[in-house]
Amino acid sequence: MSNNSPAAAAVLAAVNVTKVVTSPEGDLTILSDISFSVEKGASIAVVGPSGAGKSTLLALLAGLDLPTSGKVWLDGHCLTDLDEDGRAAARARSVGFVFQAFHLVPSLNALENVMLPLELADKDAPRDRAMTILAQVGLQDRWSHYPAQLSGGEKQRVAIARAFAAEPAVLFADEPTGNLDARTGDKIMNIMFELNNNRSTTLVLVTHDTTLAERCDREIGLDAGLLVTDSRAVA
Amino acid sequence: MKAVRFALRSFGRELRSGEVVVLLLSVALAVAALTAVGFLTDRIGKSVARQANEVLAADIRLRSPEPIPLQWRQAAEAHNLRTAETQTFPSVIFAGDESSLTTVKGVSEEYPLRGHVRISDRLFTEQYEVDRIPEPGTVWADGALMARLGISVGDAVSVGEVDLKVAAVLTYRPDQSIGFASLAPSILVNLADMPRTGLINEGSRVGYALLVAGEEDAVNAFYAAVEKSLPDSVRVRNREDSSGRAGAAADRAERFLSLTAVISVLLSAVAIAMSARRFAHRRMDTVALMKSLGASQRFIITAASVQIVLLGVLGVIIGCVVGFSAERLITSMLADLFQSDLPDPGLAPVALGSAAALILVIGFALPALVQLRNTPPLRVLRHDAIPPPPSRIFVAGSSLLAVAALLYSIIGDGLMLVIVLGGMLVISGCLYIVGRGLVVLIGRSRGGVGIAWRYGLANVARRGRDSAVQIVAFGLGLTVLLLLTFVRTELLESWQQSLDEDAPNQFLINIQPQERDSIAAIFEAAGITAPGFVPLVRARMSTINGEDVKTREYPAEDGRWMANREANLSWATTLGDSNELIEGEWWEPDYQGPPLVSVEEDAALEMGVGLGDQLNFMIAGQEVELTISSLRRINWNSFQPNFFMVLSPGALDDYPVTFVASLKIDKQQKDVLLTLVRAHPTVSVIDLDAILEQVRSIIDKASLAVQAVFVFTLAAGIAVLFAAVQSTIDERRFESAMLRALGVRRRTVLAGVLTEFAALGFAAGLLASAGASILAFIIAVNLFELEYNFSPALWFAGLLGGTVLVCVSGFLAARGAINAPPIDVLRAA
Ligand SMILES: Nc1ncnc2c1ncn2[C@@H]1O[C@H](COP(=O)(O)OP(=O)(O)OP(=O)(O)O)[C@@H](O)[C@H]1O
Ligand SMILES: [Mg+2]
Repeated sequence: MSNNSPAAAAVLAAVNVTKVVTSPEGDLTILSDISFSVEKGASIAVVGPSGAGKSTLLALLAGLDLPTSGKVWLDGHCLTDLDEDGRAAARARSVGFVFQAFHLVPSLNALENVMLPLELADKDAPRDRAMTILAQVGLQDRWSHYPAQLSGGEKQRVAIARAFAAEPAVLFADEPTGNLDARTGDKIMNIMFELNNNRSTTLVLVTHDTTLAERCDREIGLDAGLLVTDSRAVA
Repeated sequence: MKAVRFALRSFGRELRSGEVVVLLLSVALAVAALTAVGFLTDRIGKSVARQANEVLAADIRLRSPEPIPLQWRQAAEAHNLRTAETQTFPSVIFAGDESSLTTVKGVSEEYPLRGHVRISDRLFTEQYEVDRIPEPGTVWADGALMARLGISVGDAVSVGEVDLKVAAVLTYRPDQSIGFASLAPSILVNLADMPRTGLINEGSRVGYALLVAGEEDAVNAFYAAVEKSLPDSVRVRNREDSSGRAGAAADRAERFLSLTAVISVLLSAVAIAMSARRFAHRRMDTVALMKSLGASQRFIITAASVQIVLLGVLGVIIGCVVGFSAERLITSMLADLFQSDLPDPGLAPVALGSAAALILVIGFALPALVQLRNTPPLRVLRHDAIPPPPSRIFVAGSSLLAVAALLYSIIGDGLMLVIVLGGMLVISGCLYIVGRGLVVLIGRSRGGVGIAWRYGLANVARRGRDSAVQIVAFGLGLTVLLLLTFVRTELLESWQQSLDEDAPNQFLINIQPQERDSIAAIFEAAGITAPGFVPLVRARMSTINGEDVKTREYPAEDGRWMANREANLSWATTLGDSNELIEGEWWEPDYQGPPLVSVEEDAALEMGVGLGDQLNFMIAGQEVELTISSLRRINWNSFQPNFFMVLSPGALDDYPVTFVASLKIDKQQKDVLLTLVRAHPTVSVIDLDAILEQVRSIIDKASLAVQAVFVFTLAAGIAVLFAAVQSTIDERRFESAMLRALGVRRRTVLAGVLTEFAALGFAAGLLASAGASILAFIIAVNLFELEYNFSPALWFAGLLGGTVLVCVSGFLAARGAINAPPIDVLRAA
């Protein structure tokens, strides 16, 4: 572990992160000079208007993509210094995801979907662990069903079970309730916060929903690629 | 390991998706085509190899037009070798009013020295091996002959002057010709009965043979001892000679069939590449997800490879089963062409099929898999994030390498490989350009006529590249089928039309000089004009311009054969009707000078001789010197008796001569032949009608078998179509939903899709009809020297067949997309 870095104490840190993409119309700066850090166990909401760069930031924090400049630290590793497989390994160890569009593997059943990260992270007894967490999201009876046989809310519960299964240090969620009705969305979020509290996972939640954002410890506001508000800094 | 587990776990459900099915079927098709042909040629090859050992029924065979001298036999026995004798000649045999040209084979007790004769007690019952020959007074007859004569076991047949009882059905003898060569069925007779037939006399066409077998060294020693004393007319064959020739023929057949299979394999490869692309595309989301969950690139590529390999293995299994059944079907169609049972095929074709499948899958699916590996994990958040497409060089290189490897395993010759590969590239390039042209034409004609029409044709034009590939793939499959179905019958018809109405249909051979008057009288009594009798003297060429014919160099290998074979010489005062003088002068009718000869032009070309050259012949132990005075072209289709060598009158006056004659006899007059053969049993009658009929049925059956192989080509064309439709299915689903959401009726959408496929099919039919016509023209004019008339039936079948087939398969492939409920589709998008 690299201790002499300013971000080493935090579980997640962005240092001067800038993302520029080249398009036919010229270079486009999507994120400029973003820096912040999150300590272990916190829950943080990323808010901002559509197109502000929230998803892009999430991708960079999780090592799904590389910034044009700047560094990202995750669970003691500098993601930006790793190659693709290195970042994949870091994700397998430390990251869980919940997506707006659920993203379950259609050819695997609910149980097998939940087992995936456990197996990728080489955890033992993947089947038992997966079964346990499926029970925690209330789907123990549906374990053999394939994604096509599940409703949207059920799919998202499987996705949450999968995200928490390998006990990641950080859980990223990009508008997890965006495709669900309000009631189901609430239920899903309750499950998420509950699991988060029980396991002291760090939660990074991108959302448009202000009530949801308020349930988090801290709120970061983006606009046009700039970090415009940080509830912690204000407080 | 994790990757393998993942791959296996999801495999079962993956099997349900369309592109996986197409991928599986394409692999299976390629394997089926290869194994069907492989099994078939393997069996034929094995049967050739087996028969090569037996084909002489001996280790060495001395065949002579003269009776075998006792010394040869004694020499063999002195070397401790076993011997047997045979006498073989063609004759017409009778049963009541029925008659048939037959190969009569008289054999001695010891026959055969190698292999076994098989017989059955009744037609179509179990056959068994025997170690004896027919009892005196009885014969064993071919099933085909018995059927032709309408007799069964126990009935009698007249062979020359004796009646012999049929004691068994002859199902196999080791020295029967393999397959297509022998047209006349045979009977096996005890050698002791042969003199009684009265058919063995001076000038009759009896082949005498001494069979010898035993220790290899002893056989060689025996041959060395007698070799010097053998006259030129004796033909010696040993095992190597015979296996070489039959083997070469089997080899050629194998290469031809394998190359036809390659067409199906290549089309399947196109389908494999298309569905692999789709396979990769469909898995991008899952791969991105797996990567976001922490899967490494190796995990991704391993999982995908395991699935593809599993598909390959499944495809190989299905393909082998289909190929094996197809081969069974083909051999059962060909059953009567092979007079014996074929040995069971070996497993070599399975190895070839599996290797081919592996090569195809690696070469054509690998680029897509590599692309899949590079899917950015960002795709889980941004759906437009896709991996960079594989480089064109990589795609072209790996597929070309795969094709080359595959062809090399079939052709096994570097230079040929380059030629074939080059040819294929050029041809597919041209076809693709034609396909693109057709697509452009289709696109142009979409003005006016309603939504369905415009929507359908626009679709063809928009997917230009894929449309062209589909047209070509389907067109190719259709071309070969059309070629075989129509062109075969058309060529046969055109050939028969080119024959003279009055062309003779009966040949009489082996007529002794003194028999001429009596034969003419028999015909005249039946109201038939007596035929002209054409003289024939048997001779053997000894030198050309003083050079020994055995050691001389020839421009063509056929020339060597021509010079060394037993020649039939004739003479004439005037140039025959069916002959045309090409070079030199014909002699005066009363020519008296030194003997001249007129040579057929192709024979002269092959032997490398021309006007003024000196040809020496040995006739009955005397040498005759001839000077070439002219070259002739012969119209063989006239069916007149014609000769490569025609001499000036008087040159052959002192030598033993027989006559041949040809004439046209109508069906109801055929009885006269019975009278003739009864009165002149040594005269052989050759019924051309029967032979033509038989040739026709052989061609029909053989092409039916080849056609069965080509069905795979058509199926592969359909696979390409399915693969192409699969790769557009999401688009189609969305479009159909959109149109229907906008208020277009389902029927109209369906009509649009059908228009699209009809246009594709029509274009493919156009390509196929044109291709088949051009090929047919080339074949007719260059290969068979026949006129070829472009046939409307072929075009009709091509266009209709193409349109209907593509419409039906296209509809089947796309119907899911048309029927999907619009809301589902639009919500998912
Ligand atoms: N690879 C890229 N090429 C071009 N433009 C990009 C690329 N990635 C992101 N963008 C643009 O950058 C901007 C930020 O995108 P991002 O998806 O991060 O926004 P967001 O805040 O998540 O919006 P939303 O709330 O709608 O999900 C958008 O305008 C997007 O079009
Ligand atoms: Mg977003």
